[in-house]
Amino acid sequence: MYHKSDCEGFQCEQRMLEANLGQDDAGLGVVERLIGWLRQRSLFVLAYGTGCGAIEMRPLMTSRFDAERFGIIGAATPRQADVLVISGYLAVKTLKRVIRSYEQMQEPKYVIALGSCTINGGMYWDSYNTIKCLDHYIPVDMYINGCMPRPEALIEGFTALQERIRRGEPGGYQRYRDNIDWYKANQRRVFGDNMPPAYTYDWYSEGAT
Amino acid sequence: MHVLLDSLAMIALCYVMGFLFQGFYRQFNARLQRRWGPSIWQNLYDNMKFLLKSETLIHGPMFFFGPMIIAAGAITTLLFVPFLKDSDWLQGVSTHGNLILIIYLLVVGPLGNALAVGSSGNPFGVMGVTRGLTRLMGLEVPFFLGLALVMLQHETTSVHAIMAAQDGIAHWNLITNPIAFAVILLPFIASQNASPFDVVGAPVEVYAGPRVEFGGRLLGVLMTQNMMMTIAKLVLVVDLFLGGASNVLELIAKAFALFLLTTAISAAFPRLKTEQTVDFFWKVPLGLAVLGVVLNVWLI
Repeated sequence: MYHKSDCEGFQCEQRMLEANLGQDDAGLGVVERLIGWLRQRSLFVLAYGTGCGAIEMRPLMTSRFDAERFGIIGAATPRQADVLVISGYLAVKTLKRVIRSYEQMQEPKYVIALGSCTINGGMYWDSYNTIKCLDHYIPVDMYINGCMPRPEALIEGFTALQERIRRGEPGGYQRYRDNIDWYKANQRRVFGDNMPPAYTYDWYSEGAT
Repeated sequence: MHVLLDSLAMIALCYVMGFLFQGFYRQFNARLQRRWGPSIWQNLYDNMKFLLKSETLIHGPMFFFGPMIIAAGAITTLLFVPFLKDSDWLQGVSTHGNLILIIYLLVVGPLGNALAVGSSGNPFGVMGVTRGLTRLMGLEVPFFLGLALVMLQHETTSVHAIMAAQDGIAHWNLITNPIAFAVILLPFIASQNASPFDVVGAPVEVYAGPRVEFGGRLLGVLMTQNMMMTIAKLVLVVDLFLGGASNVLELIAKAFALFLLTTAISAAFPRLKTEQTVDFFWKVPLGLAVLGVVLNVWLI
């Protein structure tokens, strides 16, 4: 793998990481493949600017990095969004709003988490008021690490997510639907009495489509 | 049978032209902002994705009927607009209708919008609809006066007859009746919801306006009807002012030229406020329209 003529150091590691991204899933029919391809070409993003990562979303969307050429464009409301971008740390109070927004999005929906704060709390790891691991509360499809990731890294993450959508891999929303009790138990642990009312998510347990 | 096939062909042509024109619009805007922009098929992808999404919202029956009413209004409107002249095809049911009927059908969309959004109860949606109806008050009078000028000039309400009267570029209404075109152009841009008058869906002001509660399939239906309506209105103006078209290529070329004109105008001007929009429509296009009526009726 580490041939100097071919690639070097982190380039080789990057290539190894990306090696399985190019594989086609053989189990999909023509229609599913077409649907997946259409879906990955059009991602409406709800950028939830919680932390410093919000500042990286602006250059991504505007002329310099121009995410619209990948079909990525900002959505006005959660109802119209496909991708929820959590950009940075989440205070408990913010988490409640994020969960409410996430549950209002229409399926298929995906979550991209930016920065180390969403993975393990980052520099807020011992804060009394922020959550450490976002994946315990809402299902994260793609982590983009860094503090903060540059717009190039965001584009990389978005294209990796598009690749997964194209291959028709089960998204995080299916995990949320299947393990709704586990997610709700985790959320109840941080919210306590401030839990969002049950009618906001009861259609998950009924298996509504 | 012929009518059915013909209607389906019209709807399909309208849809294809709709997403390609809007794709072009997005790319044109992107190039003006010095970026690459999406591919020209982007609106097809967006629309298909929304039609394939789930829909879990419950706001009562009217919330679901509203988009259907709007879509039905759009499809009916486009079927009453003849796409080609001297042809059996792409006529829809236009021989059974006239310009006055089309004027009535143009209002179905905003009405269905108001019904659907009113039942959702979202304040941003209601705000958007209020803005839309206020703007409608401003744009409709000059728009319909402009259409009336064309009807006066040819002394008929039939779109076919008006098209047939414009043989050759020298007889285009754009040349023979430029005041009517000037009157109709700006309200036409507003009815396409394009830039200087896009108070309804103003993205950062009212969060997508009337569409704020729609996601998933209903939004897909709304996008579809929007694309079709854009083309139906473009073709109507092409029929009335640019002499119609005798084949599909000519139709696309003329509609595209008109679209390019409106896009260029909307790319150059920033958004007006709602009251500025109404003020503007009641002053400039309406003043021109009154002047045009005076010229047409008493002087010529």
